[in-house]
Amino acid sequence: MESRRAGRLRAGNGPPGPFRPGFWRSPLRGPWLTSVFGLVLLVGLAIVAVTGLLSYAAYEPRLPGNDTTPGKGLLGFYLFDWPTHPAWLYRVTQGTHVILGLTLVPVLLAKLWSVIPKLFAWPPVRSIAQAVDRASLVLLVGGAGFQFATGILNIQLFYVFPFSFYPAHLYGAWIFLAALAVHVAVRLPRAIRAVRSRDLRRELRTRLADTRPEPPDPDGLVPADPAPPTMSRRGVLAFVGGGSVLMFGLSVGQTLDGPLRRTALLAPHGREYGTGPNDFQVNKTAASLGVTAAEAGDGWRLAVAGASPIHLSRADLLAMPLHTYALPIACVEGWSTEQVWTGVRLADLARLAGVPPGAAEVTARSLQRVGYFGQASLSAGQVADPRSLLALRVNGADLSLDHGFPARIIVPNAPGVHNTKWVRELEFRREGR
Amino acid sequence: MNRLGRGASRWASAYGAGPWHLLGLAACFVVAGYAATRMVGAGIWMGFAVWFVGAVVFHDLVLWPLYSAADTAIRSLSRLPSRLGRARPAVVNHVRVPAGLSCLLLLVWFPLILRGAERNYRGAVGLSTSPYLARWLVITLVLFGVSGLLYAVRRWAGGRSDR
Repeated sequence: MESRRAGRLRAGNGPPGPFRPGFWRSPLRGPWLTSVFGLVLLVGLAIVAVTGLLSYAAYEPRLPGNDTTPGKGLLGFYLFDWPTHPAWLYRVTQGTHVILGLTLVPVLLAKLWSVIPKLFAWPPVRSIAQAVDRASLVLLVGGAGFQFATGILNIQLFYVFPFSFYPAHLYGAWIFLAALAVHVAVRLPRAIRAVRSRDLRRELRTRLADTRPEPPDPDGLVPADPAPPTMSRRGVLAFVGGGSVLMFGLSVGQTLDGPLRRTALLAPHGREYGTGPNDFQVNKTAASLGVTAAEAGDGWRLAVAGASPIHLSRADLLAMPLHTYALPIACVEGWSTEQVWTGVRLADLARLAGVPPGAAEVTARSLQRVGYFGQASLSAGQVADPRSLLALRVNGADLSLDHGFPARIIVPNAPGVHNTKWVRELEFRREGR
Repeated sequence: MNRLGRGASRWASAYGAGPWHLLGLAACFVVAGYAATRMVGAGIWMGFAVWFVGAVVFHDLVLWPLYSAADTAIRSLSRLPSRLGRARPAVVNHVRVPAGLSCLLLLVWFPLILRGAERNYRGAVGLSTSPYLARWLVITLVLFGVSGLLYAVRRWAGGRSDR
């Protein structure tokens, strides 16, 4: 008992506009093009996902006070002790996470453009399987948009979202990854078949005049009534690829040192401060966190808590054995820079506090009054590394106030926010207490 | 064996795909649902839900109408000169590509370019976001300049091959 109207709708004459197959006319849409974008995204997003999950492990969330998502439950199943070797690992993984994510924006947009007719497919549901599948696509598209949007806004410090970035981006990632995994499982064989249906090298030689639509496909990506092409298939690939090259080329500089850093014209943290020893990227100024020169001045004492608590002035620290290492500072926001730090080994301070390094964890507390990461805990492995310093100088000069004067932590391969600035207290304790 | 086969085909005709399809999707919803309960636990589910729904429709219902309208405008404008005089190389992609790339950069970096992030940024980084607008404009000019130059070269080469 089907009404005539429903019968007409089912026959492909849905409501007018985008629901009619004749509405979509781009002669380039088709399974081949969609699958090319899809496979690029599959490889790229896998790398972005892995580096993102590694970043959470790098925060050592199992140590006191470090976890920005304490309600993670089972989602922390893979956490492990984050190593201090190689010192540049987090610089590379997090730089990759952010810069590759930015590079994939044009590909994601192209993919969404290429499949938009399917959003309006009529009838909207042909079977239970398709209904369930479309529900997962809501999670896929929403998850992708949410993760890209929150990441891109967060690295620009544009905190317009009504939630904390950390839980939203971590839990959002799992929603997105769940939908992505099942999307890949269902579509990958079809995508590989579609990519093999045309020869890429031949497409790259095909001019606009010879560009023809793909053969009709059961999914209805290829238009029923294609318009004459205004761009060749290789032109679209160059357009999207050019967008990626542009995104990459204008932002990758913020992960590099030397003259190439100046190429970061559209990246939040590739800024030039000058040529002095302290003129490198500042993440949070002292003023923004309520730290004044007065409290960081002569009256400052470092409280070292442990089995034998002790207070040290900056002169006391400078009289201890000093060590110098070139170490990167690498931020979760993707930027990084290597500088030469001089200071006292955390291991020496642990010994002074009466806790043997190798078994000593530490919580560093800052003079900062507001904002996140006023304290950070370091693992026994991080404290024991001889390159882990309470730095007093950088590039041969005293630290500037914005870089953490009178003393700051620098730990190889730790995320930037764990290199606590303006340290007022180091609380050493035996591991696991 | 026969009965198994009949069962499978009955399942397929009722459901529309093999049982593994439902199994995979069920696993997806379980993981996503669990992550959603974490959002509830963190007390951010309402803001998350609003932004998530926004993310679902942002490309298809906001961006796409905008850029497809802009593209229609570019196509109809760039068709005009070709009606006059003799055949020239099409101008459309020489406008469309630099405009598209420039809009991409604006879409991603608008908080810096339009100075929306200025307060947080100046507080944190200690510098102003003011250079970004000029940088974006210069990059846009360079994109259009290179595209125009390529067009001039194509026209020149086309004119020569006509002779």
